[in-house]
Amino acid sequence: MVFDSSAFFETLFSSTFIIPALMTLGITFVAMALAIILGFGGALAALSRHRALRWLAQGYLGFFRGVPVLVQIVFWYNALPVLTNNAINLPALIAGTIALGLNEGAYMTEIIRSGLISVDPGQREAARALGMTKAKAMRRIVMPQALKVIIPPTGNQFIAMLKTTSLLFAIAVPEIFSTGTNIYSQNFKYFEVLFVVSIWYLALTALLTALQKMIERRFAARPRRNAAILAQEHG
Amino acid sequence: MALVEIKNVHKRFGDLEVLKGVSLNVEAGEVVVLLGASGSGKTTLLRCINHLETIHDGEIKVAGELVGYTRDKDGKLREEKDAVTSAKRARIGMVFQRFNLFAHLTALENVTEAPVQVLRVPPAEARKRALDLLASVGLKDKADHYPHELSGGQQQRVAIARALAMEPRLMLFDEPTSALDPELVGEVLETMRRLAASGMTMIVVTHEMSFAREVADRVIMMADGLVIEEGPPAQLFSAPSHPRTKAFLARIL
Repeated sequence: MVFDSSAFFETLFSSTFIIPALMTLGITFVAMALAIILGFGGALAALSRHRALRWLAQGYLGFFRGVPVLVQIVFWYNALPVLTNNAINLPALIAGTIALGLNEGAYMTEIIRSGLISVDPGQREAARALGMTKAKAMRRIVMPQALKVIIPPTGNQFIAMLKTTSLLFAIAVPEIFSTGTNIYSQNFKYFEVLFVVSIWYLALTALLTALQKMIERRFAARPRRNAAILAQEHG
Repeated sequence: MALVEIKNVHKRFGDLEVLKGVSLNVEAGEVVVLLGASGSGKTTLLRCINHLETIHDGEIKVAGELVGYTRDKDGKLREEKDAVTSAKRARIGMVFQRFNLFAHLTALENVTEAPVQVLRVPPAEARKRALDLLASVGLKDKADHYPHELSGGQQQRVAIARALAMEPRLMLFDEPTSALDPELVGEVLETMRRLAASGMTMIVVTHEMSFAREVADRVIMMADGLVIEEGPPAQLFSAPSHPRTKAFLARIL
């Protein structure tokens, strides 16, 4: 094998990947934001006492988890315009982000649901007995405790999503991978280009991992307030 | 008018009827102990009073108001809005068998949370009052401890302070010492005893006969979802009239 180091370094240090990298990050965050919102809705519906809502959540979960995400991506970009007689014709970036977010929302539904059921029902009951409404008990008492269970796997999903955005090359969104494919289809330096592409993904993954660690540390242990300060404040 | 008026309350879990028409009045300032074997319906009755459980028939009024229901023009009971029931619950304190302190909050924050969030008490004022309440249950030095750093008895005393922070007109105790190690029971009962002496209206489900005997104004004996006997503790303990009360007391004393 001949490793063309000049082609490698040229690609590595070219500015070509900066915009695609930002785009990859942007798609990741927007798709995950959508997924987390859908996940909260899905989890609340799945745990609702109304049967229709539980069925709705079950249907959403079953469908979006069961169909390959690549199929969903192509559906939103290519099939939806045909299906709606061009009434809905989304740009590739938007179609792709929606597809990723909707698919991921199914997984987030399960993650958030498991967080919510990990909290002892007695916590909610005590909150209700103190006069909190259902919404307030959820927001102030149940959710802060559920987050400890929800955050670590959500970090995982973020990193998985970062890599899944590469599937959007199928609908020609100019993210990192499709930018790489454009380069190697011209210079045929498959290995060197894919190496650079991998480095970009590794760098972004490292960034997200650091971010995840930071957030987990903040939510895992709340520092004990200094008893001395407390005593001072209140004599 | 009694503070708590319970009229012909029926409650089912599926096909199992756990309350079969309970009627009971509790006057303001009264301390009432509910006794009965497990499955007699005493805990369920307690939980119906602040509408943690729905009822299927009859009615429960606290301070003259239905809790959890409104009455339609045609006389039917209809479940009322969450916010309305919540506002009524705010004035009914409840202490649970398993404490249920908020695990993510310190003892102090457990006590300030509901006054600030529900009653909109300014945080500084709520803190001051919470520290006073923690002092009154002997736990001022534990204010910044999390529940898992406290013993069961300490947790239950914080839970009592938390309920009192809402300035309730009625306190419900659901087997408050049943989950405690024997050596920790005394400190919780002592706190409850002082609360009773201060004139608080209390309905207590407990198996602590000494507490019932010394503190209760009235003891209610329940069996199979019905009140079968009631009276002052001295009378009920020394001369029970119902055979099931006799059997129950023989087992427990």
